[in-house]
Amino acid sequence: MTSLYDEVAPTPPSNVPTRRITVSVNGEPRTLDVEPRLLLAHMLRQGLKLTGTHTGCDTTNCGACTVLFDGRPIKSCTMLAVQADGHEVETVEGLASASELHPIQEGFKQEHGLHCGFCTPGMMLAAKALLEKNNNPTEDEVRWALSGNLCRCTGYQNIVKSVLWAAEKMRAESN
Amino acid sequence: MALDEIKIGGLGASRRRVEDNRFIRGKGQYVDDIVLPGMLHMEILRSPVAHARIKSIDVSAAWEIPGVRLVLTGEMMAARNLAWMPTLSYDTQAVLATDKVRFQGQEVAAVIADDPYIAKDACQAIVVEYEMLPVIVNPDQAKASDAPLIRDDKENQPTNKIFDWEIGDKAGTDKAFAEADKISKIELHYPRSHPSPLESCGSIADFNRATGKLTVYMTTQAPHIIRAAVAMVAELPEHMIRIVSPDLGGGFGNKVPVYPGYVISILASILTERPVKWIEDKSGNLISTGFGRDVYLEGEMALRKDGKILGVRMHTISDHGAFYADAQPSKFKIGLMHSAFACYDIPAAHLTATGYYTNKAPGGVAYRCSFRVTEAMFFQERMVQAAADDLGIDQAEFRRMNFVKDDMFPYRTAFGFLTDSGQYAKCLDIGLEAIGYKNFKAEQEEARKRGRLLGIGISTMTEPLGAGNSREYDIIGIKMFDSAELRVHMTGKALLRTGAKSQGQGHETTWAQIVAHELGIPAEDVVVEEGDTDTAPFGMGTYASRSTPVAGAAVAMVSRKIRAKARKIAAHLLEVSEEDIEWELGRFYVRSNQERGVTIQDCAMAAYSNVPDGLEPGLENNAYYDPPNLTWPFAAYLAKVEIDPETGVWDVLKMVAVDDCGVRINPMIVEGQIMGGLTEAYAMASMQYITFDEEGNCIGSNFMDYLLPTAWETPGFELHEVVTPCPHHPIGAKGIGECATVGGPAAFVNAVMNAIHHTGVRNVDMPLMPNRVYEAIQTGKDISGMPPVRSGN
Repeated sequence: MTSLYDEVAPTPPSNVPTRRITVSVNGEPRTLDVEPRLLLAHMLRQGLKLTGTHTGCDTTNCGACTVLFDGRPIKSCTMLAVQADGHEVETVEGLASASELHPIQEGFKQEHGLHCGFCTPGMMLAAKALLEKNNNPTEDEVRWALSGNLCRCTGYQNIVKSVLWAAEKMRAESN
Repeated sequence: MALDEIKIGGLGASRRRVEDNRFIRGKGQYVDDIVLPGMLHMEILRSPVAHARIKSIDVSAAWEIPGVRLVLTGEMMAARNLAWMPTLSYDTQAVLATDKVRFQGQEVAAVIADDPYIAKDACQAIVVEYEMLPVIVNPDQAKASDAPLIRDDKENQPTNKIFDWEIGDKAGTDKAFAEADKISKIELHYPRSHPSPLESCGSIADFNRATGKLTVYMTTQAPHIIRAAVAMVAELPEHMIRIVSPDLGGGFGNKVPVYPGYVISILASILTERPVKWIEDKSGNLISTGFGRDVYLEGEMALRKDGKILGVRMHTISDHGAFYADAQPSKFKIGLMHSAFACYDIPAAHLTATGYYTNKAPGGVAYRCSFRVTEAMFFQERMVQAAADDLGIDQAEFRRMNFVKDDMFPYRTAFGFLTDSGQYAKCLDIGLEAIGYKNFKAEQEEARKRGRLLGIGISTMTEPLGAGNSREYDIIGIKMFDSAELRVHMTGKALLRTGAKSQGQGHETTWAQIVAHELGIPAEDVVVEEGDTDTAPFGMGTYASRSTPVAGAAVAMVSRKIRAKARKIAAHLLEVSEEDIEWELGRFYVRSNQERGVTIQDCAMAAYSNVPDGLEPGLENNAYYDPPNLTWPFAAYLAKVEIDPETGVWDVLKMVAVDDCGVRINPMIVEGQIMGGLTEAYAMASMQYITFDEEGNCIGSNFMDYLLPTAWETPGFELHEVVTPCPHHPIGAKGIGECATVGGPAAFVNAVMNAIHHTGVRNVDMPLMPNRVYEAIQTGKDISGMPPVRSGN
């Protein structure tokens, strides 16, 4: 017996096709039936209830919806969920382990890298992609790596400091 | 022994933020993250044109799409007397258009469906027939004698003029101009800008037929004002309305007004008896919600040849869009524009203001500023720069000579404000030193010989932050005070609620620091809640940098009430009279024997377990704080720029900010606010550009056309501080959240003007896009930014 159920429309609209996809989300395979036009951001938010991925601008400019797609930062409001079939997606919910924050999360808190928090998940994931390639970036390299992500509150200076803080900690940990 | 205040997270501690713990985990809860059982989704159909009569609306195809639950039009709203709603400036605004559309993006119909995608599909299926009308996109067109009447819905509105208003001393000012050695004139435009918090507006209305209670989760900076407005608009009893403002993804004034989407979602929930979620897309946010600015200035200064300012005349012409929906204190028609020149000792000043309707979205929200103060300070500092140049006096020296001096406080400004504290010259001197002003003229001259254009711009200002007092400041009649409620539990932990509402300012962190300072309860033992009108005490919300000046003061005052009661309990516990007790941070002790004492936690426990006879049990209280005056922070912002003469591109070589916001509760957060403000200042000066073509199409309806600075363009900032405590605030603090946005733009523009001063150019209107700067350098002529936008601009 299971208590799981899903409400089914009495007459499902026959003109709405769906496709079954399997996506690895934060290391866990998830299988969903999705409309082909469904955006990846909406799949994560509404389908998987991972609301840490925010949608800000709808036009790929603001980066609030940034997730890692096979390790690379992409804007999930401009990718279809079906395109993620068979791929790996990492969201902000996958950053921390049960007991420990990721150094980037710690850095943002220590260096006051956020105010309202809306851009923060996307910023942190863009930063993670950078630091995994280059754990000793210059300030300019950080600024360039984050230039696809808008923040309206902080003025970026502390975000840059947060990422450099994390880089230093990650270097210390890897030694 | 008294506690170490910094260790317990009190005043002056750069305490790391409490709210970060959820945000860095992606566990913030913004409106769009909330899901209620049975929730439907709403989408709004907006007008594609700026001015047109609605001939017909056919919604039949929308109804046929499976999953559509409700389609609302203006006619259906009108049947329920909801087609129009009052604005915060005693005007009316269409909720859904019935007769005409008056700006591009105006709300025409709404679809409520099982899913947001279906709701969007159904909006596309609605057919609206429009009869086009002539379009007005600037005040010049609005005042033309043959201009079409935009607000033909209103009685006694024969023209497009909204108001004429004036303040100041006309006769005294006329006399000053008659006696002047020189008169300096300048015309300026502060263009439309959009606050653009990353999170757009949205709401979830949940009407429960069984209880009669309406709960609305929404993006609002002022939940209690919204509750009052909803009670009036929807004619629902106020106690049956609960407004919840959850985490907000920024506000900057954009989330103060009441928007049609909120009202429609409420009616939709009442009609469907289901929760209805409306989440605005970014274009909807950019083309329909509260813009800031859009003011023209004709400014004149009467000058003595030695540099003394004798008088100031300002005439502003403001473009408010199709509905006068400014969110500002009711009696000031053009906000606090008359706060201009408050830092200068000027004998006479006179301001006249005229406001017009145009076919643009309703504007006039205070975009990260205190009611038009941004425009006031920009105009002031551009006029000051022009006057210094016209007299041939050094820009820093001219400011210093005209400053209100440190020993002149309290000082009544020419427009009637009372400033109370500051060290203006000291701030300026720190800034000049930091930017390297001393040898700059030689450096500039030398660079120019080599074809390089360098400039330093200065902006100095004091601005009024923290409305009220309630004698003079109200919004739709509601007085501008604020509140705090503090409950100290038995074990000495506490719950604090205020009438403010953080949008990223960090109230959960800083309010607890004020409690720690007043009571010695460690900040980590104080939890802060805001934004739920069922639990928070009545307050006017967070905007105009008013949280610390007003709600923050209420936090200090309620803590003092708690301390007064705890003192009685301490006397009882120590078995001495109250008069024999002294207070040190966190502890009462017997004056004659400092070793004998009880902590605030001891008193809390006793308040619930060992109360003296005649004293009420418990340790809770509230405070409503009506400030005696505004707070007057001062700032000196200095920018050094280099322009590429071949492209007009300008780079910021250095940006220095010297802020005096009085006592700093949390220096880390204060600096964060300043840097954020400087970035918005840079953005307005350089790229944020929302204009309109001659048909009223909004140019800048998305982030591809409306440019916001990224980490790559944004310069680094060097911050300095001066502390002059506010004499009337309980902890000596002044507002700070908006200073840099207010004072910053003029520093950048003055720097660019300083770099090209030799070309004869006196003004280029913001934003200083490279093509404008290039054209100015090439032609030696001023560049006006009045819309409609020229082709190719």
